[in-house]
Amino acid sequence: MTPKAFLIATSLALTATFAAAENIKLSVTTSFANSGLAEVLLPEIAKDIDLNVQLLIVGTGQALELGANGDVDAVLVHSRKAEEKWLAEGNGTHRREIMYNDFVIIGPSVDPAGIKTSATAADALKAIEATKSKFVSRGDDSGTHKMELALWQNAGVTAEGDWYASVGQGMGAALNTAAGMNAYILADRASWLNFANKADLAIAFEGDPVLFNQYAYMPVNPEKHAHVKADAAAKLEAWLTSPRAKELIENYQIGGQQLFVFNASTK
Amino acid sequence: MDKIWEALYQAARLIFGFDPDLVEITLLSLQVTVTATLIASAIGLPLGAWLVVNRFRYRRIVIAIINALMGLPPVVVGLFVYIMLSRSGPFGVLGLLFTPTAMIIAQVIIITPIIVSISHQAIRELWADYHDLLISLNATRLQRVMTLIKDGRRALLTAALAGFGRAIGEVGAIMIVGGNIDHVTRVLTTAIALETGKGEFGLALALGFVLIGMAILVNLAVHGLSRTERGSRW
Amino acid sequence: MVAPILPLNLTSIEVRRSGRTILGPLSHRLEGRGISILMGPNGSGKTTLLKTMHGIERPTRGQIDWQITAEEARLRQAFVFQTPTILRRSVLDNIAFPLLLRGVPRKSAQTTAAELGEKVGLGKVLQQSAMVLSGGEKQKLALARALILAPDVLFLDEPCANLDSRATRDIEAILCDARDRGTRIVMATHDHGQARRLADEIWFLHAGKLIESTPKTQFFDAPQSAMARAYLKGDLLP
Repeated sequence: MTPKAFLIATSLALTATFAAAENIKLSVTTSFANSGLAEVLLPEIAKDIDLNVQLLIVGTGQALELGANGDVDAVLVHSRKAEEKWLAEGNGTHRREIMYNDFVIIGPSVDPAGIKTSATAADALKAIEATKSKFVSRGDDSGTHKMELALWQNAGVTAEGDWYASVGQGMGAALNTAAGMNAYILADRASWLNFANKADLAIAFEGDPVLFNQYAYMPVNPEKHAHVKADAAAKLEAWLTSPRAKELIENYQIGGQQLFVFNASTK
Repeated sequence: MDKIWEALYQAARLIFGFDPDLVEITLLSLQVTVTATLIASAIGLPLGAWLVVNRFRYRRIVIAIINALMGLPPVVVGLFVYIMLSRSGPFGVLGLLFTPTAMIIAQVIIITPIIVSISHQAIRELWADYHDLLISLNATRLQRVMTLIKDGRRALLTAALAGFGRAIGEVGAIMIVGGNIDHVTRVLTTAIALETGKGEFGLALALGFVLIGMAILVNLAVHGLSRTERGSRW
Repeated sequence: MVAPILPLNLTSIEVRRSGRTILGPLSHRLEGRGISILMGPNGSGKTTLLKTMHGIERPTRGQIDWQITAEEARLRQAFVFQTPTILRRSVLDNIAFPLLLRGVPRKSAQTTAAELGEKVGLGKVLQQSAMVLSGGEKQKLALARALILAPDVLFLDEPCANLDSRATRDIEAILCDARDRGTRIVMATHDHGQARRLADEIWFLHAGKLIESTPKTQFFDAPQSAMARAYLKGDLLP
């Protein structure tokens, strides 16, 4: 057998292993993937309903775009405004809330802006701006980025200047940048806890209800893209909202901390 | 520096432990890039020779464009291929998006200009050497191209290996068109990007060492094969 | 019966390169049998004339007429360059190359090439890379490669320049053998001795013009032109 034939045969064998179960493509945000929850849920889904979920881990903007183009069967994102706009354009059938986690403001352990004692997220951001402390923004139109922009607006502060660095990257890359610059950054708790390169960073502010981060599941509209696997998408939705999912999600912990709160309405 | 030693140690542990996931993504990396290199060579090597042998009006412009294409950002190629293969794109019905085939297509587009350019350069020198003889013997254009390719195979191998080197380390395009789906389209480079994103620098670096080691092995293997195939040296 | 290729008629041919006339106007006829030797100082147009007759140099003006079409004629002639072009292949594959271009199967091409290689004295090095041959061996290879198609006309451009006398003697023997088999040979050389040994007739060129074309004995014993007299005496020509 030639080396090439061997490679092809090997890869066919590898693909065949996963061809047994039905495949479904789900675009999810990096924050969800980086939380590590996917690695817990996907094997259980395969076991329970014989569905092989293929994750496309991208930013919220790209996740919705993939859905709008019919390149995935469903999306799981966390940016309510963008989700509603996407649905209004006829890209999906409906929106189903699954769970939430929360955002935290990460910053240098010495906390130069002194936001540990801030009463609200708005106060914390005002303090960062006032002290011109370095702040890294995702700047990639992701759910986290959109949340950050809403928080600045809410605080009545224009985030501009040398102290404000918009990096246009995913959560992990942005956290790496913040660690390198020793800067403040808005991150979802899951990504933060799972992040291995924490350097001198620590949680500087948390707990304000405006920081809650709602994940929603939206199947792609089969009327727009006839080839999408609507049945599989429905099957996955049923599982994600089941008591079994609730148990797995709420038991998922990092460093003794629960990351997600299951809040799907069981229809 | 400690991180580097740690990563080397981790790389060794992954390799000698025959970590099944590592074997899988390494083989997929090889499969995608070797296939892309073969296809790009089949296009690029004759094209490079053809551009040497044929003098036509826009030859200079064509060569300038090909040289410029070498600088094409892979992400742009990725987006282009995505738009073509998306369900909403012209070739969407083929269902190729997020498959190894899509990654091969993107890599072929990225490395063909490199292979054309390097082989053009190499063949040009050989052509200066062979020109009078081939003209005198009334060789057809096809015969000229085939002769130059056959006798320039050493230099052309270098061109193909340069293409391989570019493709094996490429991440921007295949991330977009492959999707980095676990067990389906995850390769070494996209896995490295993923682990870096998670802040798992050690694992990412270890995968990088695996990648480099594999590239070295492929280069050695190719050179070894080409030597045993031709007993004598030129 | 194959149609004869000769005589070759050159009518008012002229080669101009970047505004300068480097050959002609020149009219002449190549016919009969034997060996014609082109002589003349450097830059007199010997190489250009050879290449123009062979058809790899395009004349600016004038006509080149074989007795058959130019395309057919090209297939029945060969050219040996001053610096032999060596293919990066074995000696055997170098000699067999023209046959392969003509679609002869590899095996039989190699058999023919081996015989010819043996004949020109390359029998021991047939399997070696041609790149490592000595200058004389390379020229023998080029000659064998030119002769493998049994051409009706063979052009050679100073094939023995830079070769020692042994290699020169070998090559002259090969040329005489080809001549005896009926190949019409046209060759440029600077070597008076070689011209005396091989030529049937001499074409004497100067400044792109054909000054005289006479049988060998006449050229060396009683050259007609003052130019040729001066050249043979060893004077520097204007």
